[in-house]
Amino acid sequence: MTKISVNEVTKCYAGHTALDRISIDIPERCIYGLLGPNGAGKTTLIRILNQITMPDTGQVLINGEPLGQRHVASIGYLPEERGLYKKMKVGEQAIYLAELKGIKKAEAQRRLKQWFDKFEIGGWWDKKVEELSKGMQQKVQFITTVIHEPDILIFDEPFSGFDPINANMLKESILELRDKGATILLSTHNMASVEELCDRITLINKGKSILEGKVSDIKRQHDTHKREIVVRTTTPQAIYALGDTYNNIKVEQTDVEDEMRLTLFSATSNDLIAQLLQNGQLVSYKEVLPSMNDIFIQEVQSQNQAS
Amino acid sequence: MNKIGLIIRREYLTRVRKRSFLIMTFLGPILMAAIYIIPIMLALNSNNENMRIAVVDESHWFENRFQDNKEHTFVILPGQPIDSVKNLVKENIFDMALYVPPTQLNIPSNAIVYSIRQVPMEVETYISRVMQKEIEDQKLMANGVDPEIVSAVKTDVNLSIMRMDEKGNEKETFTKVQFTLGIALAMLVYMFIIFFGGQVMQGVAEEKTNRIIEVIVSSVKPFQLMMGKIIGVSLVALTQFVLWIVLTGALYLGFSAFMGLSNPEMLSSGTVMAQQISNENVMNNESVQSILQIVHSIDFGTIIATFLIFFIIGYLLYATLYAAIGSLVDNNTDAQQFTLPVTVPLIVAIISSFYIVNNPDSSLSVWLSMIPFTSPISMMVRIPFGVPIWQIVLSIVLLAGTFVLMTWIAAKIYRTGILMYGKKLSYKEIFKWLKYK
Repeated sequence: MTKISVNEVTKCYAGHTALDRISIDIPERCIYGLLGPNGAGKTTLIRILNQITMPDTGQVLINGEPLGQRHVASIGYLPEERGLYKKMKVGEQAIYLAELKGIKKAEAQRRLKQWFDKFEIGGWWDKKVEELSKGMQQKVQFITTVIHEPDILIFDEPFSGFDPINANMLKESILELRDKGATILLSTHNMASVEELCDRITLINKGKSILEGKVSDIKRQHDTHKREIVVRTTTPQAIYALGDTYNNIKVEQTDVEDEMRLTLFSATSNDLIAQLLQNGQLVSYKEVLPSMNDIFIQEVQSQNQAS
Repeated sequence: MNKIGLIIRREYLTRVRKRSFLIMTFLGPILMAAIYIIPIMLALNSNNENMRIAVVDESHWFENRFQDNKEHTFVILPGQPIDSVKNLVKENIFDMALYVPPTQLNIPSNAIVYSIRQVPMEVETYISRVMQKEIEDQKLMANGVDPEIVSAVKTDVNLSIMRMDEKGNEKETFTKVQFTLGIALAMLVYMFIIFFGGQVMQGVAEEKTNRIIEVIVSSVKPFQLMMGKIIGVSLVALTQFVLWIVLTGALYLGFSAFMGLSNPEMLSSGTVMAQQISNENVMNNESVQSILQIVHSIDFGTIIATFLIFFIIGYLLYATLYAAIGSLVDNNTDAQQFTLPVTVPLIVAIISSFYIVNNPDSSLSVWLSMIPFTSPISMMVRIPFGVPIWQIVLSIVLLAGTFVLMTWIAAKIYRTGILMYGKKLSYKEIFKWLKYK
């Protein structure tokens, strides 16, 4: 079922079009990647979803209903540029932000205690935000984003500023939230986390959606049929000679002694394998799909050249 | 609690809990009380020292004219050379020496005071007054006029001003009191608008530079945040105002009780002195009794009611403008160009208030008290002099209408400004924001 539906949304600012008739459907219980180069319009789209700005034309539907003020409580937003009131105490501030999302004070207090224990920051309750390190502030900010248990979460570069251990903890929390039923929109430039977390993505460039779909499908669509075969052999010359009889095969020594790697761009390689088996042992056969990083660069560059 | 209530509560509590608020709350009344108390203390303490003054009058005109009192004792040293008397001053036997040089025919009009230390103002005034009086009397007698007649001729005219209305009711007015009251009210409005309007601006700028703004506006509408802040700060202003009045009153009562118990006579004499010192320019000739009588005759009900209305709406009007400016701040220097147009009408109003007190019913005064940006201050200057009801009502309607209009404009600027970073802004650009959906 579609949770968020963006229909033909256009937003113009003085002199330039930030979003140009963009349409995105985000299914329920999905981690959805919103990708795009700087200035592509990601933040504008996120702000429209948060009702911070209004679209010029087009509309956004949540569960099939037009986006409205009552959806505020069901959306949690972690902006890229984060901030908290520096002079306010951590606990007081977290309660205030939860109350603004419509949570009762006692309930906010109870939930915050759980989260503070989970993130091992229980001792910070009465500290002022300015006394915390940047990483600590990020944890507090994350908690305030999810405290009202929204069924839609919007994270803009959530991993920036976290060390690997905390980043991992955050990643697990995001997956956990998805498993509990939240729909998550993740905007990031970190392609590794896109591959690890996202079920579907949209790539936008210059306000237009240029690529959309399941991460696995997109990878398959961009499959260059690159395969890697590793064999163990005592006769490397025979392997080099074999490589010369095919087009587009790269043969090289691996880091391991007696092992050769063949890189080829062909899905059908039965003949080659049969011949290889005569000269040595097959160690591995691997389908090499392009990384999201490669796809990102390729798509954006080809669109920029076309226009 | 609804969202705007939550915002008001946070804005109020964080400010009231600040150390600077506490300091201001206690410092204000102490300063106000000091204006009242210090002259009394000075008046009471100045009696401690007795100045010993040696008089060498070679003209012999004034020798018997100086009289001793608590502050000074005159010692006549006839025939002593002034140089040896100067040495006595150096040796600290006398505090100072008064030397009147010899003259041939006329009464001398020059004299010299030799002193190691600064000569107290009172002594200086006393000596010149005695000499002046003596010279005048002598000149009058030389022309055949009896000085007694001259002092009998001197008359203080007591001019009462009666204001009439159409029904023929007459009311006595007291210009000097109204003058002081009008200026004081105008200054109060001016200070509160500048100070608390500035707090709104800082608060908005703080949220923007902190970057918390985006989190907040994903929960509440920018308009709710802006109005919550403005109302929250206005409650802080009112709290401060009420605390000042209460504390000033308590301090005054406490001081009176303390002084009253130790020496009732001194207090009353001190009060009179203080009144005379602090009001020297304005109402030198009025006694304390008549001042009190005047104070009672003023219609404080109307003044307080209009003060509150103009103060609150005036503050709200300027606070929305300051909020809009705060939303444009990226770094503090940038804000300057936008604060100026807002501050100018306030400054114009406060400067022109000195014209208005002298011409409260002139057409310029009426206009200034009608134009919404100057009216909160200019109307306060006119109020003690009595303003027709229709003018007050019209001015309030204009002010309130402008407030609504400015809130609409400010909200549009604010909404876009708070999310705008790293962009050089021009008035032209900001004007475009008004058209955004």
